[in-house]
Amino acid sequence: MAISTVATAPELAAPRRPATAGRTLWRFVRKKPLGAAGALIMLVIIVTAVFANLVATHDPLATNAAHTLARPSAEYWLGTDNLGRDIYSRIVHGARVSLIVGLASTLLGSALGGVIGLLSGYAGGKVDLATQRVLDILQGLPLLVLALVMSAALGPSISNVVIAISVPIIPRAARVVRSSVLSIREMQYVEAARGLGLSHLRIAFRHVLPNTVGPFIVLCTAQLGSAILVEAALSFLGLGVPEPYPSWGRMLSISAAEYAHKAPHLVMFPGLAISLAVFGSNLLGDALRDTLDPRLRGA
Amino acid sequence: MKSYVAQRLAVALLTLLGMSLVIFLLLRLAPGDIVDILFSAAGYVDPQDKKAIMQELGMNRPYWVQYLEWIRGIVTGDLGKSYRYELPTWQLIRPLLPVTLELAALAIVIAVLLGVPTGVVSAIRQDSGLDYVLRVLSLAGLSMPSFWLAMVIILSLVAWFDWIPPMTYVGPSQNLRLHLLQFLLPALAVGYRSSALIMRITRSALLEVLREDYIRTARAKGQTPGLVVWRHALKNAMLPVVTVIGIEFAFMIGGLVVTETVFNLPGVARFLVQAIQWRDYPMVQNLVMFISIVVILSNLAVDLLYGVLDPRVRYGH
Repeated sequence: MAISTVATAPELAAPRRPATAGRTLWRFVRKKPLGAAGALIMLVIIVTAVFANLVATHDPLATNAAHTLARPSAEYWLGTDNLGRDIYSRIVHGARVSLIVGLASTLLGSALGGVIGLLSGYAGGKVDLATQRVLDILQGLPLLVLALVMSAALGPSISNVVIAISVPIIPRAARVVRSSVLSIREMQYVEAARGLGLSHLRIAFRHVLPNTVGPFIVLCTAQLGSAILVEAALSFLGLGVPEPYPSWGRMLSISAAEYAHKAPHLVMFPGLAISLAVFGSNLLGDALRDTLDPRLRGA
Repeated sequence: MKSYVAQRLAVALLTLLGMSLVIFLLLRLAPGDIVDILFSAAGYVDPQDKKAIMQELGMNRPYWVQYLEWIRGIVTGDLGKSYRYELPTWQLIRPLLPVTLELAALAIVIAVLLGVPTGVVSAIRQDSGLDYVLRVLSLAGLSMPSFWLAMVIILSLVAWFDWIPPMTYVGPSQNLRLHLLQFLLPALAVGYRSSALIMRITRSALLEVLREDYIRTARAKGQTPGLVVWRHALKNAMLPVVTVIGIEFAFMIGGLVVTETVFNLPGVARFLVQAIQWRDYPMVQNLVMFISIVVILSNLAVDLLYGVLDPRVRYGH
């Protein structure tokens, strides 16, 4: 998604599309090696998640009493857990859960927040002021605490975890979109649209919204990492994705801590998987921010 | 300045009131209550008994009465009784506060000590190998779940020193050295993450300031590079850094939820998780309220510090 966005930037959408896209990609790799590394990491994780059934070597849910807490070996690449389940296969399938929850909650929260920010920034005045105060309240609560209370309130299920993680993202997304709307609103072409007698909603969604896409994409990549982290923390505390889905966070939970001394691989590998996914999205997010939104460079 | 402080305080109070409403309503959304949980062990629920307990805990009153009662309690200092422990909430929360505050303070000190100098070095040596290494390290810090880092720290202690920190709380009066060690490890795990953020902000703020004219003037006057950075540039670069420190302090409490669980420390955050699982509304409400107050206060402190650091702010708004 990320790379195609770069490639279809208006000035690059030249007639000779395939060659241009390839060249743009190459330029991105050369100019932003860290960002390209992030994109590669994300690509690997996405492919793993999509083809989890092919990539995994065992059934992630199958227990095996004969091989509990096995060390990494040729048979069990990353060892087995206390129930004899293959950790490698669980991490591979866990990528699905982490990515689905991370992407869905980021998109949901950013979309809702984006619309709120768009309308609030475009309307201005009292509506804007009131919206900002409400967002202050939501943003004042630490992300994890809000998600914790939300997921406890909604009960454990994948869709509820998505909602719980997306709510704290709303105020952050609204802020970002609002601040770019504030400057776009004053542009002459918006005035021209108004002069043509277009309705406010049409101007807001058709003429203002497309110009906030840059900061919006940057925001989404940045939030993806923290959404994955929050999911891990919630699952670790037993308030996240329920059994039987293998989740990276739950693999680290209390039962793993109990066996940690006997089998450190129980703790190491799921944590590395989380860190790698978040690291990848952070690297990519940084590079995209520099490319798409020069005003935020280095912020 | 005085009216500015007053205005900020008023906004902070209103925000807190809003937060209390959000927390209250969120908890009432939750399916199931403590009575269900208490009875689920017994298997059978006598509706009569259930009603009696609801009556005793005051849970059958309309929500708005319960809410107003809670707010009145906060104002008058009577926080109500915990459903689960049948003890005054305040009595249960008070011993938790020093643990969490000490942990957060230690973590933020570590974060600043690690983050500001590395950010400065990274900015001065922009685009050097060292800059790249520091930036990747800080990004790695932002990517690791702090509770996992805490577990890894424990594991490596076991592997290298065959020692783990005590898994039961050691008070400072019992054994100060052990107490500090016990707190230092989780603080390190949480602080590393925040230091990454502080490093990035320090770096970018300093880079921006170093391009300003007055810095060129200072250099032209022949001042040593060290003096230019530490005395002229850093002071102006500190504004965004202070903001992040304030925000991080507030959000650290959130990060502590899991870290306290890993290290088995009796703090606010760990207790919050238990209280949520038990649907112990008075406890959850008051604990989240406490966290909100810390957040609001540290935001307020940041706002007021602005006025001190940057005289322009005082006359602005």
